[in-house]
Amino acid sequence: MRRITMWFLATIAVVVLLFSYRTSTGPDSSPSAGTLGGANAPGVGTATPVDPGTSAGTVARSGSATVADGPAVQTKRGRVQVQAKISGGRITDIMPLTVPSDNNRSRDINKKAVPQLRAEALAAQSAHIDAVSGATLTSDGYTESLQAALDGAHFQAKP
Amino acid sequence: MTRQAFVEQIMGLPVSVHVRGPGADSPAAADAVAGVFAELRAMDAIFSPYRPDSRLSALNRGEPVQDPLVDVVIDLCEQARQRTGGYFNAYFPEPGGGTRFDPSGLVKGWAVERAAEHLEGYAFYLNAGGDMTVRGSWRVGVEDPAQPDRLLTAIEVVDGAIATSGSAHRGAHIVDPYTGAPALAVRSVTVIGPSLTWADVYATAAAAQGPQAVTWLATLPGYEALLVGDDGALRATPGWPLPE
Repeated sequence: MRRITMWFLATIAVVVLLFSYRTSTGPDSSPSAGTLGGANAPGVGTATPVDPGTSAGTVARSGSATVADGPAVQTKRGRVQVQAKISGGRITDIMPLTVPSDNNRSRDINKKAVPQLRAEALAAQSAHIDAVSGATLTSDGYTESLQAALDGAHFQAKP
Repeated sequence: MTRQAFVEQIMGLPVSVHVRGPGADSPAAADAVAGVFAELRAMDAIFSPYRPDSRLSALNRGEPVQDPLVDVVIDLCEQARQRTGGYFNAYFPEPGGGTRFDPSGLVKGWAVERAAEHLEGYAFYLNAGGDMTVRGSWRVGVEDPAQPDRLLTAIEVVDGAIATSGSAHRGAHIVDPYTGAPALAVRSVTVIGPSLTWADVYATAAAAQGPQAVTWLATLPGYEALLVGDDGALRATPGWPLPE
């Protein structure tokens, strides 16, 4: 269960990273720009920032699968929260619970980033890889990249 | 096992550092990574073709530039031209005549290789936009150029480098120096070997040359390559590691 929790938290870190990048404006902006709220359910949040390594969402079991709701992530474009379905110790699906929809730009982001995130986290997990080599990836394409998912899985916020 | 990842955007590229094993979560490791990013930023300040205040821009304006690092890069670019039979060339013809020196195709790999020295003693990888230098053993996926969210293969890279060049993310940015035309016959070339500087140069030169470059790549001691043609056909050098 500990391992599953860690994988789950890593997945949340993917979300933090992806949405932090989405909302950054400068070429040298830090990936830790997003702040974490300790909310455990969709639509319920607290204003207290917490360390992503220690915050936990809710975990519920249904049959053999475990469904975990991540902590809500406050980004400049709104709150983001995902739900991960874990079966047999592996993430089998990732669903958005809360996504920002304050303007058209955010809706574009959701349409693209959420399905991408799901595909990438699942692909990175199944391929058992540490890194990706590809024709020069630019900053613009980073959020949709498999490397971003791998970085997110091991990204640790500065204390 | 302890593992930590760091990401920054430098030179317009996402730069990822992963450190693992003993000491990977120590403040010393975080300092070493900060040193890597600082050095890459310093290199960008010297060699950026986009910054008017870079030494490279001054050089191209014909101003006198005295910088030992610039001299090193000029020498390496000449070596690269010779080693690749002219398919790597940092001198580009200008529309109005004359030439422009743009060593970007070499500087990235070279700068990353140099910056990685800050991480001496750690098991790490330093990945700058898909080209990386690694210490220890890491499993690296090679992106499918036709479908960048898919992998062609995954290989173990141990104490070495892996570089991929092609047109997947930035359109046709590699030019055949002999014709001046964009290189389109190859979707991507991935080269593995001991040095990132040379793996990157060889990959770029092979992309410029075309699918037949695989026979040239096979002659390079210590380096192996996987090439994807515009028809999707895969060509590899005899020593390219086969997937398990």
